[in-house]
Amino acid sequence: MATPVITVENLSKRYLIGHRSDGGNGRVTNLRDAVTHTARNLGRKTLDVMRGREMLQGDKIEEFWALRDLNFQVNEGEVLGIIGRNGAGKSTLLKVLSRITEPTSGRVTLHGRVASLLEVGTGFHPELSGRENVYLNGAILGMTRADIRKRFDEIVAFSEVERFLDTPVKRYSSGMYVRLAFAVAAHLEPEILIVDEVLAVGDVAFQNKCMGKMSSVARESRTVLFVSHNMGAIKSLTKRSILLDQGSIAAEGGSEPVISAYLMKTLDDKKKALKAKDLEPFRRGEKREGPAKIVAIHVPGRGQDAEMLPEIALGSEFSIEVCLEVTHAVAAADLCIILFNADGERVTTLVASDRGTGLSLRPGERIVTVDVHGLYLTPGSYYAEIWLDPMIDGRSCDAIFEYPLLTVANKGLITHGLERPWGSVFCKAADWRVDDSKAAAPGALTL
Amino acid sequence: MSDVIIIESGRQERNYWGDLWRYRELFYVLAWRDLAVRYKQTIIGAAWALIRPLLTMMVFTVIFSRIAKLPSDGVTPYPLLVFVGTLAWALFSTGLMDASNSLIGNSNLISKVYFPRLIVPISAVVVAFADFLISFGILIGMMVWYRFIPSWQVLFFPFFVLVGIAATIGPSLYITALNVKYRDFRIIVPFVVQLGLYISPVGFSSSVVPEKWRLLYSLNPIVGVIDGFRWSLLGGHSKLYIPGLTASLVMTALLLWFGIRRFRSTEKRFADLI
Repeated sequence: MATPVITVENLSKRYLIGHRSDGGNGRVTNLRDAVTHTARNLGRKTLDVMRGREMLQGDKIEEFWALRDLNFQVNEGEVLGIIGRNGAGKSTLLKVLSRITEPTSGRVTLHGRVASLLEVGTGFHPELSGRENVYLNGAILGMTRADIRKRFDEIVAFSEVERFLDTPVKRYSSGMYVRLAFAVAAHLEPEILIVDEVLAVGDVAFQNKCMGKMSSVARESRTVLFVSHNMGAIKSLTKRSILLDQGSIAAEGGSEPVISAYLMKTLDDKKKALKAKDLEPFRRGEKREGPAKIVAIHVPGRGQDAEMLPEIALGSEFSIEVCLEVTHAVAAADLCIILFNADGERVTTLVASDRGTGLSLRPGERIVTVDVHGLYLTPGSYYAEIWLDPMIDGRSCDAIFEYPLLTVANKGLITHGLERPWGSVFCKAADWRVDDSKAAAPGALTL
Repeated sequence: MSDVIIIESGRQERNYWGDLWRYRELFYVLAWRDLAVRYKQTIIGAAWALIRPLLTMMVFTVIFSRIAKLPSDGVTPYPLLVFVGTLAWALFSTGLMDASNSLIGNSNLISKVYFPRLIVPISAVVVAFADFLISFGILIGMMVWYRFIPSWQVLFFPFFVLVGIAATIGPSLYITALNVKYRDFRIIVPFVVQLGLYISPVGFSSSVVPEKWRLLYSLNPIVGVIDGFRWSLLGGHSKLYIPGLTASLVMTALLLWFGIRRFRSTEKRFADLI
């Protein structure tokens, strides 16, 4: 039975932001302007004070909706992921839900005690010892002293800073500091837990420990709202997610499709920012004069207008065309294409010289086509990094980074179990059978 | 499902005072933090807590008694008169100054965690109260030194301490709420406190104020508190001026009410403004 623990209805939050009409450079050309400017500002501030409004710097005021008409529900024991780009409204949403700030309109109903973890180590005082800070931080997060005393040993063991408990935390390394802070927070026991980006602390071992703790919290049938930019963490901790974009819900549903929607959107936005044939935003570092230069990249497939990424069907093979502008003939050039998935993991590397020889390039516009065989990417979006090397002095003459290359879509090849995690490689064909006659191969490990 | 919390714009929370009770330990913890931090990395540590009020008392005695030649009432030793005045004044002034800066000083808490915001300024007053207790210990020492025995009026002393705390909390809440929005008050408050020291009867007895101005003078709530302290601790030599005391009490109650109202109505926007 699913009971909604958090109900959000038409939630909006508006901020007022001030601008300076002189463009913010503060340069006023003459004394008269300076005087009228100052007088006008002072007059407006005084009016604001009398009306009891907040003071804003600048003389033009604009409304900014950090959240706009949000509606969603979270059921008891559910772990909900919240993703979105910077400034999408994630933190504002968490602040409203944890009662730090008030919404402008709309309504939230919460059933149960809420604890929020928007930052680790909130309220830690640098002069106090680790032990003292555990009590301080615990009290700030809403634990009673009796609670803390009961769990003190657990907290300390989790944080791995036993030896330094009586040292002021200002002498701690930043790793020790966040470990202690996370340890306190991890031992909160509210009915609803709101967590913002706190797993990015400590070394890999400690991060794994934090992840473990988070999933055990989730298993204890407590309701958790979890914001992160780490898609891996979202995938492993949550089943359902919402995607925020400019203060509204852009997608809602199973975490896996919502994450793909988010990553696709990021890629699409990048693609939109790119004018036809203009690869400059994707070049990094110093410009090198060379005999050739990359001028366009193209994947023949569906979705060929400039707004969309080329799309290929799951399980089909594809080609990549790299258009080069060659100024001087090159006997044997090398071209290297590295594919990354949207999580930033390298998927594969294609190197032209792997076939034994380089590419012979005559002056003019040349198109290098690579037909990729036997590589089946899983649904999602992919970036490319492309290097062009004339193989003269061992230095490449052009390189393109993070170029949004293509998306792979499941077009009816797999018709059931659509929301399963795809992994990173798609297996196009696998034969399954049951052999009644055979026994286990000799030497096989028996479990 | 234990409790239901509804978040809406402009909604007064029904369970605000309940929450305040649930977070009661935070009053103590925040006050403890401020006290614990204050004398960290000093050579003589907590001894400062004794030395500070003693020094203030000595300076006041010299200035008001020796230099300004103001009279004591009757037989009460002048240092005792001054010290009792300082006791009340220090509770008010440190409470007011610390509390009015408390929200800004704890802005990291305000913008990251929820708890009833009232706790922050009030725990600053709790710190001032802890200082007050230490000074009170010194006063007892001084009474022993001067062989001064308070009479039955001392039973009223706790009442005047409560009035003193209320008189501190009221304006503190008002100013701290304003201070979040308009930082001008951060600069104004020290001046007001400095001025208040001279217009409140700290270094002199309020009996030096001409009779016809006395009621008006008593509108300053601290006048009632200091007079009450002197009357209850130093005995009948300083007479209690009842109309003045009533005026001070009414002012205290009004300021407290205004302070809490102002604080509660702006509290929810603190995180956006701070």
